[in-house]
Amino acid sequence: MSVVAFAKNWNGKFKNSSYELVSYTKELANQMQTNLVIVSIGEITEEELKKLAQFGADRIVSVNDPQMNVLTSRVYAEVIAQIAKKEHAELVVMTDNNSGKAIAPRVSVKLQAGMVTAVQELPISIEPFVVKKQVFSGKAFTHVQVNSAIRVLTLAKNCFGLVENPVECILEIFQPEMNTDLFKIKIVSEEEQKNKIILTDADFVVSAGRGMRSPDNWGPVEDLAEVIGAATACSRPVSDEGWRGHEEHVGQTGKVIAPNLYIAAGISGAIQHVAGISRSKCIVAINTDPEAPIFSVANYGILGDVMDVLPRLTEAFKNSNT
Amino acid sequence: MKILVCISNVPDTTTKVKFKEDNTLFDDSGIQWIINPWDELALTRALELKEDVGNSVDEVCVINVGGSLTEATLRKSLAIGADKAIRIDACASDAYHVAGQIAEYLKENPYDIVFSGIESSDYNGSSVGAMIAEFMNYPGISSVTNVSLDDNDILLSRAIPGGKQVVKTETPFVAIVQKGITKEPRIPSMRGIMMARKKPLEVKSAGELPVLTQTVKFELPKEKGACKMIDPEHVEQLVTLLKNEAKVL
Repeated sequence: MSVVAFAKNWNGKFKNSSYELVSYTKELANQMQTNLVIVSIGEITEEELKKLAQFGADRIVSVNDPQMNVLTSRVYAEVIAQIAKKEHAELVVMTDNNSGKAIAPRVSVKLQAGMVTAVQELPISIEPFVVKKQVFSGKAFTHVQVNSAIRVLTLAKNCFGLVENPVECILEIFQPEMNTDLFKIKIVSEEEQKNKIILTDADFVVSAGRGMRSPDNWGPVEDLAEVIGAATACSRPVSDEGWRGHEEHVGQTGKVIAPNLYIAAGISGAIQHVAGISRSKCIVAINTDPEAPIFSVANYGILGDVMDVLPRLTEAFKNSNT
Repeated sequence: MKILVCISNVPDTTTKVKFKEDNTLFDDSGIQWIINPWDELALTRALELKEDVGNSVDEVCVINVGGSLTEATLRKSLAIGADKAIRIDACASDAYHVAGQIAEYLKENPYDIVFSGIESSDYNGSSVGAMIAEFMNYPGISSVTNVSLDDNDILLSRAIPGGKQVVKTETPFVAIVQKGITKEPRIPSMRGIMMARKKPLEVKSAGELPVLTQTVKFELPKEKGACKMIDPEHVEQLVTLLKNEAKVL
């Protein structure tokens, strides 16, 4: 029996979400009194793999195959399912990001394993297996009981945190049996904005809404984001109007994020917007309307015009850094 | 070419959710049901593809796994423009079960393209589309923001962290779509509503498939503490609080 966790790498490097996954699954394996097996797919150095040992990865199975550097959900799901079977996994866990969302459902079908996505904490009970999950876009939680012998979970980012637990680590290489038919999708082109902080990974986010009044007024938002090293985001009306790109839209139908700090400037805080930010550790709202619903979810509020407050806040952050 | 759009029937996103029977059941009294927002976008895009004569899309069908209650939502999908609707008569409680039912239907009634919204706004599972792809052994393309069928080349744009990617695939495939796939969801016209009454809505009995998960309890989030107001003339106080009180800096 074992817990199998897939730690994704990005061009051979792990991120905090990978370490968080190891921290979580180590604790879970301890609770279940079973072994943890970390799976890595794609080319990666031994040195990078061993960073996972800092968080409790005592055994890592690596599929060190350059053919698999590009993530294809079908291929990755097949590899993970093969390892899960070999290791007699009772539980398979991965991070709830784009790739986890694409891979985990396939693993669930392959193993006929009940799946719960975006869990935020350790299970409520192991026998029966019950986990808590946010539903209705943050308006409630459910306790989901998984009745199958194998279970698949995806772990929401920035909820469990990193837990240092240095261990000795055994590295193994695994050679999966692959059907080349699975590599059917061809990448035609790819654009990546270099040096831009990725919104769903960001610790700090500065977000703005219609209260900015015009797309030409985004300067103060970008200035503040730059000073604190934040990603920029926006509300739905702003992306619908084309003031900012859809990739910045945070909310129920846009991105759901969980940064440490979320600053909402000129965003009223409609229920759909709150759905995208409710897992933030700390929310700061800046708005001229004292009745704006954003103040009922914010930890700190500033009543005032964004065009006055944002530059002042940028100055205050600058001064505190020096 | 035929497109199948998976439709989830969900409470209106502005609903205040309530539970009953000691928080073990969702209280559906007074709930306004809608088409899951991403599924509505997927349906709109499917119809746009059909209307573009260059594409040879000749059918857009919607499918839902649910009880008779969901038929109003399927009728609305027909009013928006779908050609026919299928309801598989089963309780949609477990993603594996739901995806398996749709896959059973697909095996008997092949479609070239299957559209599924990236998640449903009720249980936020984000899993049915990719599960269908696995059950069918189809390629599945996630986070899709555009689908074009021009010149028989099937190109899909998808969001990747910090950028976008264009991929080429062959039919059959599952596209898991998100915001951006179309500008705005369509609203049924009067004529559409009239026509929807005459369009076929077939009910199929559910296949034998296991239900692997069940909701045992609901819980409401804890009340958030009061918002601390900061004097706009002294925003440096906020920086201090973020450092020393909230400890997020």
